[in-house]
Amino acid sequence: MKRIFVNEKWCLGCRLCEYNCAFANKGGANMYLALKNAVIHPNIKVEEKDGITYAVSCRHCSDPICKKSCIAGAIKIENGVVEIDKSKCVGCYTCVLVCPYGALSIGENGVMQKCELCITNGNGTPACVSGCPNNAIVFEER
Amino acid sequence: MKYLIIGNSIASIGVIEGIRHIDKTGEITVVGDEKRHVYSRPLISYLIQGKTDEDRMKYRDDDFYKRNGVNPILGVSAVKIEEKQKKVFLSDGRELSYDVLAIATGASPFIPPIDGYDKVKDKIAFFTLDDAEYLKSKIDKSKRVLIVGAGLIGLKCAECLVGKVKSITVVDHADFVLHSILDNDEAKEVQNVLSKQGINFILSSGIQKFEENTAITENDKIGFDILVMAVGVRPNVSLIKDAGGKVDRGILVDEKCKTSLPDVYACGDCTQYFDISSETEKIMAILPNAYMQGETAGINMAGGTASFDKAIPMNSIGFFGYHIISAGSYDGEESVERGKGYLKKFFVKDGVLKGFILAGDVNRAGIYTRMIRDKIPLADVDFDLIKKEASLICFVKSIRDSSLTKVV
Ligand SMILES: Cc1cc2nc3c(=O)[nH]c(=O)nc-3n(C[C@H](O)[C@H](O)[C@H](O)COP(=O)(O)OP(=O)(O)OC[C@H]3O[C@@H](n4cnc5c(N)ncnc54)[C@H](O)[C@@H]3O)c2cc1C
Repeated sequence: MKRIFVNEKWCLGCRLCEYNCAFANKGGANMYLALKNAVIHPNIKVEEKDGITYAVSCRHCSDPICKKSCIAGAIKIENGVVEIDKSKCVGCYTCVLVCPYGALSIGENGVMQKCELCITNGNGTPACVSGCPNNAIVFEER
Repeated sequence: MKYLIIGNSIASIGVIEGIRHIDKTGEITVVGDEKRHVYSRPLISYLIQGKTDEDRMKYRDDDFYKRNGVNPILGVSAVKIEEKQKKVFLSDGRELSYDVLAIATGASPFIPPIDGYDKVKDKIAFFTLDDAEYLKSKIDKSKRVLIVGAGLIGLKCAECLVGKVKSITVVDHADFVLHSILDNDEAKEVQNVLSKQGINFILSSGIQKFEENTAITENDKIGFDILVMAVGVRPNVSLIKDAGGKVDRGILVDEKCKTSLPDVYACGDCTQYFDISSETEKIMAILPNAYMQGETAGINMAGGTASFDKAIPMNSIGFFGYHIISAGSYDGEESVERGKGYLKKFFVKDGVLKGFILAGDVNRAGIYTRMIRDKIPLADVDFDLIKKEASLICFVKSIRDSSLTKVV
């Protein structure tokens, strides 16, 4: 299965991935109109320290602890992709308590959100990857 | 292979899924005394709040048992294990034989002996879906609710009743709320949040007796219409104890989830097991551990190899949007990060993070949980920075690379 990987050597820290992610998950025809002046809640986050930068999103673990820990049974794996059933999630943050990568956060309507590889949002391919100007984020089998 | 599981909740589902990782065809029978499809217990307060419903509370889809080839026997309880004959006796007189058995009987609410309790008419422990339905049927704007116990269950019950009853009073012996998971500072904040919603607290106070619809404490008389007892839970150990297996407060299991009886496993809230953060055997009655123990038991029962050897206590709890996450043991040197609207406490011993409490800002808390579970040496962490903001960049490159450049 293809997953997202990052290469910290090539990351410019431009945060385009955060914008592309937020836009892909928000929808709409125009990124400017969708995100201008909006506080964005992307599922990928750029971390930065001492000149090193890279982006972190869900690792789509082969044996995810978030799924085992979800008190609502709202996290499932579809063809290897870790997904949240938003109708079942009650926003209890137990997944935030256990995710070793800090990849889940609270979204709209009090339910959790995470990277679903742009499959559930209909985008098709991960927007963070296709928009990365320096191939610091790739989508591949490893 | 003939598998038998007693209990039909979270740990039991873990066992079934664990078995099916390894053995796709063995015969699995589940005995559960609640006559219901498996549901998530922690959601009962969300049900009363209207944030979920009975359908969405199902912990697994309707076709779960069928898809996994499980024969569920529901509404019946197991009363005795005959370990020499490898049989379990049920309350309806049936006998079931097994090759390997899992006990996933969970815990029951503890009701302390208090004078006059028997005569209280409308009383529940806030524990099962039946309890929630009963409570739902009893509440209206004229009812005064008294909750005994300011722990997780008592406070979740209080939260879900706000706006639905005339008054809510919470009584506890302890001098601050959530005594088992918080320190005084964060507890005060939680109490504030709940007080603002009109919930009354009577702390450092115990109920001496009930006189019909009045609770008598040292200093107060509290009138009520509905009583909720939420003082604590006790593991259901009797099946193993009566069969001669080792129990303490919970059923004793090792990291493979084996009991002291041959071919008998146990998992979930009925067990007592090793907490790697305090290095002691403990009861850690939480859902994630129940599932993970169950899965571990299932894999081992089916002949695979698995260990649940990173157990720690951990909790995520929120009230009216104010969230608290805590994990591990509050042992060692304490350091505190305070800011507007948040408080973070960390406990360090022997060069590793042992525990933490985050209140108000819980972002990416799992990065701290990982430090405890994986015993990441603080020498490999920029600890001053990570205390302010949980991020992977505070780890040395080798840890970052193993997280971000490989399949995990
Ligand atoms: C209101 C509430 C809120 C909670 N909130 C949280 C939370 O936010 N986070 C968290 O981590 N945990 C929470 N918990 C705890 C969580 O529900 C438990 O850790 C979890 O349900 C344990 O699962 P289990 O399968 O071990 O046991 P249980 O869920 O207790 O299930 C055991 C089952 O076995 C059945 N049984 C017992 N004896 C027999 C017998 N002899 N024969 C047949 N069947 C039997 C019982 O009836 C029950 O159905 C909460 C609990 C409650 C009540």
